[in-house]
Amino acid sequence: MNALTQSWIEIGTLSDIPVRGARCVHYNELTIAVFRTVDDQVFALEDKCPHRNGPLSQGIIHDGCVTCPLHNWIISLETGEATGADKGRTTVYPVRLEGDRLLLSVDPVKSSKDG
Amino acid sequence: MNKEKLVVIGNGMAPGRMLEYLLEADPHRYEITIFNAEPRVNYNRLMLSPVLSGEKTYEDIITHDDDWYAVHGITLHKACKVTEIDRDKKTVTAETGVTQAYDRLVIATGSSPFIIPLPGNDLDGVLTYRDLDDVHNMLLAARGGGKAVVIGGGLLGLEAAAGLKAQGMDVTVLHLMPTLMERQLDAAAGYLLEKAFEELGVTVITKANSQEILADNGKVAGIKLDDGTELDASIIVMAVGIRPSSELAKLSGLEVNRGVLVSDDMRTSDPDIFALGECVEHRDQCYGLVAPLYEMAKVISDQLLGKASEYTGSVTATKLKVTGIDLYSAGDFAEADDREEIVLRDGAAGIYKRLVLKDNRIIGAVLYGETADGPWFFDLLKKQTDITQMRETLIFGQAYQGASSVDPSLAVAALPDDAEICGCNGICKGQIVTKIAENGLSTLDEVRAHTKASSSCGTCTGLVEQIMALTLGDDYNPAAVQPMCGCTDLGHDEVRRLIKSRKLKSIPAVMQELEWKTSCGCAKCRPALNYYLVSDWPDEYADDYQSRFINERAHANIQKDGTYSVVPRMWGGQTSADELRAIADVVDKFDIPTVKVTGGQRIDMLGIKKEDLPAVWADLGKVGFVSGHAYAKGLRTVKTCVGTDWCRFGTQDSTGLGVRIEKFMWGSWTPAKVKMAVSGCPRNCAEATCKDVGVVCVDSGFEIHFAGAAGLDIKGTEVLGLVKTEDEALEHIVALVQMYREQGHYLERIYKWAKRIGYDEVRRQILDDADKRKQFYDRFVFSQKFAQHDPWSERASGKEKHEFKPLATVAMEPAQ
Repeated sequence: MNALTQSWIEIGTLSDIPVRGARCVHYNELTIAVFRTVDDQVFALEDKCPHRNGPLSQGIIHDGCVTCPLHNWIISLETGEATGADKGRTTVYPVRLEGDRLLLSVDPVKSSKDG
Repeated sequence: MNKEKLVVIGNGMAPGRMLEYLLEADPHRYEITIFNAEPRVNYNRLMLSPVLSGEKTYEDIITHDDDWYAVHGITLHKACKVTEIDRDKKTVTAETGVTQAYDRLVIATGSSPFIIPLPGNDLDGVLTYRDLDDVHNMLLAARGGGKAVVIGGGLLGLEAAAGLKAQGMDVTVLHLMPTLMERQLDAAAGYLLEKAFEELGVTVITKANSQEILADNGKVAGIKLDDGTELDASIIVMAVGIRPSSELAKLSGLEVNRGVLVSDDMRTSDPDIFALGECVEHRDQCYGLVAPLYEMAKVISDQLLGKASEYTGSVTATKLKVTGIDLYSAGDFAEADDREEIVLRDGAAGIYKRLVLKDNRIIGAVLYGETADGPWFFDLLKKQTDITQMRETLIFGQAYQGASSVDPSLAVAALPDDAEICGCNGICKGQIVTKIAENGLSTLDEVRAHTKASSSCGTCTGLVEQIMALTLGDDYNPAAVQPMCGCTDLGHDEVRRLIKSRKLKSIPAVMQELEWKTSCGCAKCRPALNYYLVSDWPDEYADDYQSRFINERAHANIQKDGTYSVVPRMWGGQTSADELRAIADVVDKFDIPTVKVTGGQRIDMLGIKKEDLPAVWADLGKVGFVSGHAYAKGLRTVKTCVGTDWCRFGTQDSTGLGVRIEKFMWGSWTPAKVKMAVSGCPRNCAEATCKDVGVVCVDSGFEIHFAGAAGLDIKGTEVLGLVKTEDEALEHIVALVQMYREQGHYLERIYKWAKRIGYDEVRRQILDDADKRKQFYDRFVFSQKFAQHDPWSERASGKEKHEFKPLATVAMEPAQ
């Protein structure tokens, strides 16, 4: 087995998050939104839209994306990138399911563009 | 020379298959002993459902009969459960006292059904669905008819339900999740499946959380759900899942997690012991379907013969074995933005197909209604075939590959004049062509009006449009109807009409029957559909909060910094010392930074943290405040002036009428916000003539106004008419708003709706036609029964708790 390079924190269970919904995790000053899609995938993004810092956790979740509640930017849950004509990226955090347990890491996923 | 001793614990399908492989390759290498906890030979467990439904008998599903074991010289201990493995001495010992030595051991103890920890789960009449004994028990119970409840809407639960139904029982399926088989199906296919089961006569209750099994004389009498529902039942079948049976392995000191841990060579942590089947955990996966188990069986057989062979995990496909229901799913059909999907829906035929592609390769497939191509898609998936060349026709299946692509309009052009286009109204192609030419028709609505074609169920709309295109050439502009959003070609009117005419009562139902192009919609269509369903089926539709914009979900208005504002209702703009004191206290207690008087005669508290909302509402609720719905596409305010109570010019009790309207109509959802006002005289201090609906009181009665605007657009109201009494005023206003509720497009204010359908049409239906008015009024009153609940007090007492609390607060650096 690979050596564990990520520190995983247990933050709750899958059933704590409504389907097509999100809940927040507070970590010091940082707020991370954890999303659950219609097919029970989970994603974690910093709870800030790259446009004007809108709380993405409050948006409508559809097609692997979340629509920001403030100005309707559509952000990819997987990459954190704005879709369509909008440009910007919010930080993505690793999150995974182990059985029903939700595990989050607070070490951000690097963007492919960060090299 | 003594043969090596192979001992197998368990006699299910996986070890059965393993032995077949082994004996075929080398029939004489091992002396084989099998211990089976069940008192019988090997049978095909997948075929339990046909046995339950009566389509097959036990004899039909036997894989290996007693002869088979004899011929191959295998010792089979039936009804003989192994209780101990001594790894030092290399022996196993059974409950019956038999001890057997081994050189190689295969643990294939399978899995056991998960028993939900409910009070009463040990009562007589609580069954599981796992082996032939369970089937016998169910058949025995079914003999008396009666009622059965199946807990679990997955593969097994549904098969059990269909079987019990076929045996004549009255069956209800309880499923915790919103859609059936949610692990294998997306919401659209889950919806079709639910519909099919209801057609079979099985009642399906989703989002059902069981609380307690009810008893009568020590036997099952029924079940109670956490929402208080009680269902009678003489048997309860638990089919919520399986867990690997790994206790024996664990007792023997083997490494066990969820299941018995094996590496790619299928060996456990003891190299002489293999594990096989549903008791296994391999690369974090436990399998419950037969295909992967057979793949494992092959690897163990190879290993036992000293051949290099590895198991690297499986992609699985599922097929539901219920007569009359065709369902197939395989692979991964989760959405992500590096994936594309191809969706084919045929609402009339009940067909739904969805392929998920990544890098031009199929990674997942869901087929409903027509599954013949399932294995072909699964093959493309497993082989990771590049499908670029056949992409255009891929979804139509294997039969369509290789042929030249077909232009659908050529097919329509080739139809004879007597080909029936509209089945509902019996309209043929020739009739449509003739009417178009005779009457110079150029829009779909005109063609519908003149021919009736596509005016009922609407499924032939595409064909009618193609006929129009062929007949009119460039004069036909199909884009005249603005689609709701990118997920559909239908406009709002069309969707609203079809929701009613086809009795569509859920978002997945709309998306399936109206052939949505995406699997779960978008942020534009979901809130619109949710409103249409709430408005059209007030008693039946379960509001989908996740399809509502955050303000309506949190019952407060989101602000630019992510905090919220709260506006309690002040009926007709009147307040009191107690109310003001409560507001002042709340502002102090929760450190609310801004308090503002609104344009709608109430008080807004801004900058409240989301976590504080339920507590704020609880405090406000103590003096009788309810939500002001300042966030809602619904009734906002009814502004009033002081009228005859105080004003020397007042002609009527404008405050009283305003309060009465507001108390009657609060809580109702509308296509867009609705603001009203009642002025006590034509001086119009309440500014009623720029509202969605306004009343101007005069000596002779009440002048009702509508369709004003004072926002993005500025527009004075239109006059609906003059009525004499308050009661009449209320009836007219309510009927007008109900008409708008039933016809408006989502986010379309009253002034735009009224302009679209014509002010005279509104007057005709509301002012002139007393019957129509009464019907609108009655429908509004009916829907209010389900709408007038204060969302604040509900949430202050705990509803939707998760909405207002963080999932977790992580204070420390994680341990390294």
